[in-house]
Amino acid sequence: MNKKLKSTFKSNEIYIFLIIIALGILVQIRSGQFFTGNNMVDLLSAMIVPGMFAVAEFLAIIAGGIDVSFPALASLSAYASTRILLDQNYDGNVILAFVIAMAIGALLGAVNGFLIGYLNLNAMIVTLGTSSVFQGFMQGALRAKQLSVIPSGMKEFGTNSFITATNKTNNLTSILPYTFIILLIVCAVMFFILRYTIFGRGIYAIGGNPVSAHTVGFNVKRTKFFMYIIIGMIAAAGGICRVCMMQQMHPTNMLGMEMNIIAGVVLGGVALTGGAGTLIGCILGTFLIILVQNSMILLGVPTTWSNVFVGIVIVVGVALSAYQSIRTEKTKKKLVKEAA
Amino acid sequence: MSECLLKAEHIQISFGNVHALKDVSLEIVPGEIHCLAGENGCGKSTLIKIISGVHQRNGGTIEFDRKKLEKITPIDAINMGIQVIYQDFSLFPNLTVAENLALNSELASGKKTISWKNVRKIAEEAIKKINMDIDLDEKVSRLSVAQKQMVAISRALMFNAKLIIMDEPTTALTKKEVDALFKIILKLKEQGIAILFISHKLNEVFEISDRFTIFRNGEMVATGSTGELDDKKFTYYMTGREFADKTFIPEKVTDTPIFELRNLSLEGSFENISLSLRGGEILGITGLLDSGRTELALSMFGLKPATSGEIIRNGKPVKITNPREAIASKIGYVPEDRLSEGLFLQRSIGDNIIISEIDSLKKKNGQFDLKKRDEEVDRWVKEFEIKTKNPENPATTLSGGNQQRIVLAKWLACNPDVLILNGPTVGVDIGSKHDIHAILQRLAQKGLGVIIISDDLPEVIQNCSRLLVIKEGSIVAEYDTQQVKEQMIIDAMM
Repeated sequence: MNKKLKSTFKSNEIYIFLIIIALGILVQIRSGQFFTGNNMVDLLSAMIVPGMFAVAEFLAIIAGGIDVSFPALASLSAYASTRILLDQNYDGNVILAFVIAMAIGALLGAVNGFLIGYLNLNAMIVTLGTSSVFQGFMQGALRAKQLSVIPSGMKEFGTNSFITATNKTNNLTSILPYTFIILLIVCAVMFFILRYTIFGRGIYAIGGNPVSAHTVGFNVKRTKFFMYIIIGMIAAAGGICRVCMMQQMHPTNMLGMEMNIIAGVVLGGVALTGGAGTLIGCILGTFLIILVQNSMILLGVPTTWSNVFVGIVIVVGVALSAYQSIRTEKTKKKLVKEAA
Repeated sequence: MSECLLKAEHIQISFGNVHALKDVSLEIVPGEIHCLAGENGCGKSTLIKIISGVHQRNGGTIEFDRKKLEKITPIDAINMGIQVIYQDFSLFPNLTVAENLALNSELASGKKTISWKNVRKIAEEAIKKINMDIDLDEKVSRLSVAQKQMVAISRALMFNAKLIIMDEPTTALTKKEVDALFKIILKLKEQGIAILFISHKLNEVFEISDRFTIFRNGEMVATGSTGELDDKKFTYYMTGREFADKTFIPEKVTDTPIFELRNLSLEGSFENISLSLRGGEILGITGLLDSGRTELALSMFGLKPATSGEIIRNGKPVKITNPREAIASKIGYVPEDRLSEGLFLQRSIGDNIIISEIDSLKKKNGQFDLKKRDEEVDRWVKEFEIKTKNPENPATTLSGGNQQRIVLAKWLACNPDVLILNGPTVGVDIGSKHDIHAILQRLAQKGLGVIIISDDLPEVIQNCSRLLVIKEGSIVAEYDTQQVKEQMIIDAMM
């Protein structure tokens, strides 16, 4: 037990968690509105789409790569599937929307995966390029414009409430849509894959030491290829969730999210060099950013300033985890010295 | 002699026009410790790669365990019982010890999912084989080099290895860790496993191996039992040259010290170090890896400024809190890790030589004087016999010994009075090592004050006139190198 406790305090996650709690208490003291049901529900609701994107990005970073194309990929898949359903006057449930979008997402992810895995090109450059191509394809070839009506199944899925919370002091009601379940499913499935499958351990192994991964017998190219397909599918599902929740399809409004998502993942202790980090850390880091973005208003800070605070949180958070790793390095040295 | 486990005969391989191996042979019997020695680039590593299936040979035959090997892949080699432990250990730093040990077998089982119970069981069995005491849940990146090596060894043992090849396994180990490693190697030998031990360290070859084979320039020059080998023969086989070994005697020593430390301390590293150096002297400082010797070197050059105490040059206290101040006081420093601290590897050899004297290579109008630069570069390349076709080639193209000469040339180009060297011949082959020693002795005879910090005892004994031993941050002994014996120093260090 003691050992377990010790290793918990060595981890980055616990610090992010403590920062989240501290920030929550601060906001509570200032506004009295933090620990209210509707604020909690609002935060969880704001977490749905970024959370899914973060899990996708997490995969790429763990394997030693990166993906900056997921907002464009999600936009293109979500736009194309919504358009197809609208053109067919489809009025069934939302499952078909997810199926079509994720199929398109898988296809687009396969493009990334082929270039990065099989041709061994740099992930950053490839996804910068494909991001531009996906976006251009959506706006040029598909002539994407805002779709203010979406199929009824998607609309219902986005508005039906899974949990409803009302604030007694001001009678504000917030709902948590069913899309939250999609986030839970994505997290659970990815947790299982990463922890209990050879494929998932392969992703970690490749991020840790690609040469050894090859010699041990992992098929490095194929693993990367399928990983980017999964990333594409998660991103596309996130795109559909976003459309359902906004009740409209806006082709460009997800673009530009990649930087905050990457920052959140890194904040959660996931090393940009690959191999190190946990799914929980990735979710906590993303949540911290969402929290800062959403709580500024409760603190009385104008929303126009929220970027400044998000920036400060990123820098401080990353500095903290760097300090943490220096400290463990030092204790390690000390231990070696004592042993000698 | 019993039947051979490995019999490689007349092996040839060439890469392009370069004949990396020209007709070499190697025989290993079961359960022996065989040392393969040779200078850098002699073809040792190439032969290992052929045996382990990484490279395909152009000619010759290999027999392993009475079976002829034709074209084999690394996987075939592993299945036959050949395991190579490379210098980087090929471990996954981000995974736990247990997973590192078990990943191979989990993969080989062909299952799609991982059972963590199984991983633990496999790992426990693996460490039992060498009686290693280690936390299986610790991440490999947090282990010491020696522990990583043990993990790599136990992983190799899981595949019923008959032959384990270790590529320079002692390079980053402390003396104590080397002893522990040797114990394990001897234990493996008892179990009938043959070890091919790659090294260019003389004392290790004598200490551990039953037989030896020495390569030079892609040819086998000697093989036999270690009992018949001695220092002189070993060096001759390795280099093809003979060297006189006599201890350095300073000739022209200045009357007063040119460089002194008074009660120099750096918190957490060393305390109250006092020493004095005269011009023309070579002073040795030795100690274990964590004794504070490296920190002392860094403090003398201002890279880790001392927290208290004085540095005195020619009788006057000087302030040295950064390398620029050290250079201004005419102190030069050759770092321990020349690759990361001493050289601009991608830049040309010439640029590396002139970098620290670049301020003096100006024309009157402040322009860089290219003609003067080329003259300087030519002068140093000639003086230090740096083996290169063209000094405009990048520094990466040189061997370790020649790179070290550049670092030396770079410092000498700005005419220091005091030169501090930290591990001047780490990773340098024997031939270059002797040349570098000769250069240092020559410089001292011309009046330079030299400090050599090194744990290579023969090196400090032969090249220094005086020797200080540092232990746990304090100087514990001082010797005249004309009289000291290696064992005395080791006793003081421990």
